[in-house]
Amino acid sequence: MIYAAIVLLPLAGALIAGLFGRIIGDRPSEIITTSFLFLAAVLSWIVFVQVAFGHETHTVQLLRWITSGELDVSWTLKVDTLTAVMLVVVTTVSSLVHLYSIGYMHEDDSRSRFFAYLSLFTFAMLMLVTSDNLIQMFFGWEGVGLASYLLIGFWYKKPAANAAAIKAFVVNRVGDFGFALGIFGLFFVFRTVNFDAIFAAVPGVAGKTFLFAGYEVDILTTLSLLLFMGAMGKSAQFLLHTWLPDAMEGPTPVSALIHAATMVTAGVFMVARLSPIFELAPHALAFVTLIGAITAFFAATVALVQNDIKRVVAYSTCSQLGYMFVACGVGAYGAGIFHLFTHAFFKALLFLGSGSVIHAMHHEQDMRAMGGLRKKIPWTFAAMVVGTLSITGVGIPHLTGFSGFYSKDAIIEAAYAANTPNNYAFWLLVIGALMTAFYSWRLIFMTFYGETRADHHTYDHAHESPANMMVPLAVLSLGAIVAGVAFAGYFIGHDEKEFWGAALFRSDSNHILHEMHGVPEWVGYSSFVAMLIGFGIAWLYYIRAPWLPAATARAFKPLYQFLLNKWYFDELYDAIFVRPAFAIGRFLWKGGDGAVIDGAIDGTAAGVGRVTERVVKLQTGYLYHYAFAMLIGVAALLTWLTYNGLFVGVSK
Amino acid sequence: MTIGLGHYLTVAACLFTLGIFGIFINRKNVIVILMSIELILLAVNINLVAFSHFNADLVGQVFALFVLTVAAAESAIGLAIIVVYFRNRGSIAVEDINMMKG
Repeated sequence: MIYAAIVLLPLAGALIAGLFGRIIGDRPSEIITTSFLFLAAVLSWIVFVQVAFGHETHTVQLLRWITSGELDVSWTLKVDTLTAVMLVVVTTVSSLVHLYSIGYMHEDDSRSRFFAYLSLFTFAMLMLVTSDNLIQMFFGWEGVGLASYLLIGFWYKKPAANAAAIKAFVVNRVGDFGFALGIFGLFFVFRTVNFDAIFAAVPGVAGKTFLFAGYEVDILTTLSLLLFMGAMGKSAQFLLHTWLPDAMEGPTPVSALIHAATMVTAGVFMVARLSPIFELAPHALAFVTLIGAITAFFAATVALVQNDIKRVVAYSTCSQLGYMFVACGVGAYGAGIFHLFTHAFFKALLFLGSGSVIHAMHHEQDMRAMGGLRKKIPWTFAAMVVGTLSITGVGIPHLTGFSGFYSKDAIIEAAYAANTPNNYAFWLLVIGALMTAFYSWRLIFMTFYGETRADHHTYDHAHESPANMMVPLAVLSLGAIVAGVAFAGYFIGHDEKEFWGAALFRSDSNHILHEMHGVPEWVGYSSFVAMLIGFGIAWLYYIRAPWLPAATARAFKPLYQFLLNKWYFDELYDAIFVRPAFAIGRFLWKGGDGAVIDGAIDGTAAGVGRVTERVVKLQTGYLYHYAFAMLIGVAALLTWLTYNGLFVGVSK
Repeated sequence: MTIGLGHYLTVAACLFTLGIFGIFINRKNVIVILMSIELILLAVNINLVAFSHFNADLVGQVFALFVLTVAAAESAIGLAIIVVYFRNRGSIAVEDINMMKG
């Protein structure tokens, strides 16, 4: 009952606000959706305590959905520790974002639509994390994609927002193509889509091969790679990441909820949920690690030079998702989910803080036109600093620290313990940590310190956001500070085995959690040192010697341009995919549809017209011509009948 | 010389042919076409009566009376149409009646 309520309350809110928003008005829509979400959040924390600490797991069947031959899909809520963690993350962040949006969107005139979309998204996300079979997961997966599309394009009068929404949808289709193939493959091999049944049968097919696309390939490796392709699309991993920065065209609360805390982490959740499959496919896991490490590094480099405050945070999200995938790739699923958990708090905090800055600056997003805001919006400044301390992993080794300190360091240690070739994953992540510190502090310094670069009018009118925007910031700040200390022991520490129960699977040869506690001393300090260096450089560049950034950009102009243009991925994809697709489309439109099909049909019609025009000329209108034709016809007919002897029968 | 069936049929054939040609050689007056139709019907009547006589079967003559009746009705309607047509268009010359020209 309580589980059904958590999932269905957001749906009810979405339906009420979406269908009746025009009748009941904007304010009631806001209140209904937000209060439903807070109720769901409270229930989720209750469930979290019951499930994660009471070690109860529940499977609740709500209704049977599809029964066709061997396919038997029911709408079932599977609540184990992994789901409970996700429930807490999703409903907490979502309810805070709802509350925040009341303040942030107060000038918008279609707020009930906005809140309907937000609640719809939350419902789809909850369906995704509570699924007990692949079809329900796919339903939630596509549902969040739809909500993401609707919310990125919420300001549909902005062409850039529409383009970004379409881009997000199309890029996700590429990933979902792989995900769908993976689901088909799993059903093909196991004849069921139910998680428990599949997980029970997985060891039986380890090492076996099947025919796929004309090749004999390892079943589990192939399926894992296909499923991971879906995760790459949804979680904006390297090669399929291009939609995430553009998604910042949506309202900032949307970026905080969907493109930082919840939806983009669905890929990580999926890999963790399907850990029994991935765990037996070491090659696929190696690929997950590789992609995760590359993303963590790549996105961090791009974030170094971006000037749009939201884009910096967006690339930072992309990079942190890479960390989570590395954790999953090396088998430390708990660490990946732990980082997901802490990241949800501090990244939502950073986004909502950025939103507060943007709100204060009257929708200015360029950091070059900010600066000196520390005195104007001190509470937002404090919240952003907490978020930054958390994401950069500030803490005292062996003692305590902000939440990012626990989760990120755990991942870096796991990456070292995993012994990747040349320890590439470890080094990429450490360099990534350095860059994370640099770009995060760069954001703080450019926005809040120094002389203001905003025009006087904007700067003088910069004001602290209202209480309903500051409360979520305060709650998330609290989460960013204590989530690590409070939960590290359960997620990755001593109580890890009891905490996760059967939710995460590790094969017998996977001792990563044991090994990561036995890494050399210097590995533990490496991320700490990297963080300090990053902070130092940022301080040097933006506080001590503000002329340095421009000088560096001049000195390394090609590199700077390369990073500023995001490694030219958009241009590359434009040249490889978008333009040829447009060219083919134009050819089929002009040539195929216009010339051939329209030509044939219109030509036939015109031909008939021309022929009938001549036939019409035959009609003289003179009675005697018709009479003559009739006579000739009768005579000819009679002659023909006579010659063929057809009157013989009649005459008898 | 005795007059046999062949003679009657010959006369009827001549009349029929005259009627046919009257319809589409004539270019002047629509009334002539009506008269030609009358001529064709007469030719048919002669055939009917002749066969009736030579086959000693009265049905033919009865049928001829029916044809006369229908012919009278047809002429009456035809003439009425021609009168209306003349009132509307001011001419009943066959050459002028070509509104169905394409």
